[in-house]
Amino acid sequence: MVAHSRRSALVAAAALLGAPAVSRAQGQARLVVVGGGFGGASAARFARLSAPDVAVTLIEPQPRFITCPYGNLVLGGLRDMAAITHGYEGLAARGVRIVQDRAVGIDPVARSVRLGGGTTLGYDRLILSPGVALRWNAIAGYDEAAAEAMPHAWIAGDGAQITLLRRQIAAMPDGGVVALAIPPNPFRCPPGPYERISMIAQYLKRHKPRAKILALDAKERFSKQALFQDAWRALYGGMIEWVPGNVDGRVVRVDARTRMLETELGTRHRADVANVIPPQSAAAIAIEAGLTDRTGWVPVDYRTFEARTAPGIHVIGDANQPGPMPKSGFIANSTAKQAVASALAALRGAPPPEAVYFNTCYSHVGAEYGISIVGIFRPNADGTAVEEDRDAGGTSPRGDLPEQRRLEARYADAWYESITRDMFS
Amino acid sequence: MKLRLPLAAVLLGLASPQVLAAGPAPLAAQGCLGCHGPEGAGAGAVPALAGRDAGELRALLHAFRAGERPATIMDRIARGYSEAELAAMAAHFAGQR
Repeated sequence: MVAHSRRSALVAAAALLGAPAVSRAQGQARLVVVGGGFGGASAARFARLSAPDVAVTLIEPQPRFITCPYGNLVLGGLRDMAAITHGYEGLAARGVRIVQDRAVGIDPVARSVRLGGGTTLGYDRLILSPGVALRWNAIAGYDEAAAEAMPHAWIAGDGAQITLLRRQIAAMPDGGVVALAIPPNPFRCPPGPYERISMIAQYLKRHKPRAKILALDAKERFSKQALFQDAWRALYGGMIEWVPGNVDGRVVRVDARTRMLETELGTRHRADVANVIPPQSAAAIAIEAGLTDRTGWVPVDYRTFEARTAPGIHVIGDANQPGPMPKSGFIANSTAKQAVASALAALRGAPPPEAVYFNTCYSHVGAEYGISIVGIFRPNADGTAVEEDRDAGGTSPRGDLPEQRRLEARYADAWYESITRDMFS
Repeated sequence: MKLRLPLAAVLLGLASPQVLAAGPAPLAAQGCLGCHGPEGAGAGAVPALAGRDAGELRALLHAFRAGERPATIMDRIARGYSEAELAAMAAHFAGQR
């Protein structure tokens, strides 16, 4: 049981219910959100719902957001790009000020964000949800230029990377090899590479049945592994070869010109299509603001998601160190709400509300075949750790359960519809 | 034994639907929205929660938690919440139109 004082719970509840106006001497309190993805968009919307008297600004360089979730279904030909593209009009209609610019620097002392366009925005509380950066050349030869030949498709951006990988797979001859390089933990979306393998296999089985998928992994284990591997055997026969790190699966060098991937022990694999998912870190703005530690990720207080080195800056989404929680869209959404509630409480001089974080990661492994993992997490009393509820959560049951798989595929679709509305509507 | 969030949940659970309707769902119920829709109105194959009887919702959640009702995913979820949290969720969604 997580110990919290009854008084703090009372104050927090009273703050939520009574909602005394949050005000500053100079006028409206200012909440600035950097990044319009799963963390940032959820935060901006939740802030408007929770505190109509607070001025909310969202800084995001892209005019529209393309989700990484369901990007694998685009690769598999089950969705188009329009289905995973979302605008900020709904947030604007809720009174969020949308600033289409790139945040390039943070001054935690002056409490301001510097924008690429040259202007500076002041804040009272900052919600930073900048996502990940790809660590170029962590795999030798894999840089921005190489990604034009061997796409990562792991940061959606303007959608060009997903479109490129989709086009390459569609253009590949039957009998070709699609290779994936999969990074060590931690990285964005732990089940993502394996859902991607599944969705590409689903496409190849229908259109290029002699093709193969070679998955070169730096790890020995992965999320929902038994469920994925059961499904691969059942649905795709011998199409997928997964090579774990202890069997020389770790890719250390690539040559973009020849689409060659070289593993730790010097084995060279030539591929017709190569999807290289490189090691990652928190996005550059978090590193440059001094919020990260030697891991490359931002340590946070798990009650409020304030950066350990900069109270007042709440870092949510894939850029932080989430403890046992996954770097998932659902956790970004869930922790965004706690971060906003904590920021609003701080503006009122109240302690943060009691926290519970919720995650479900669905993965599509076939057109009518879904699997999931659920987790419920709570921080400890001083916010130094977050613990998973061991009595709850876990993965879908194994076995021949066609109705369970069919329902989870449909529930995954409902998740996508619901969470994107919880971000953008 | 789970006795997390007792007082806050009780306060939220006892507050009138009119008060709750003016603001977002209590934090513990926010997780529900990710699949059941932002207002608990349902989405695709996932059923609506909004406007259902609080007692019925509580009974469902208890049955899922106890493993007494066939489930795809709700059994794994319901086990992670305290009695007070489940009551607050049920009260919130019952108060939504």
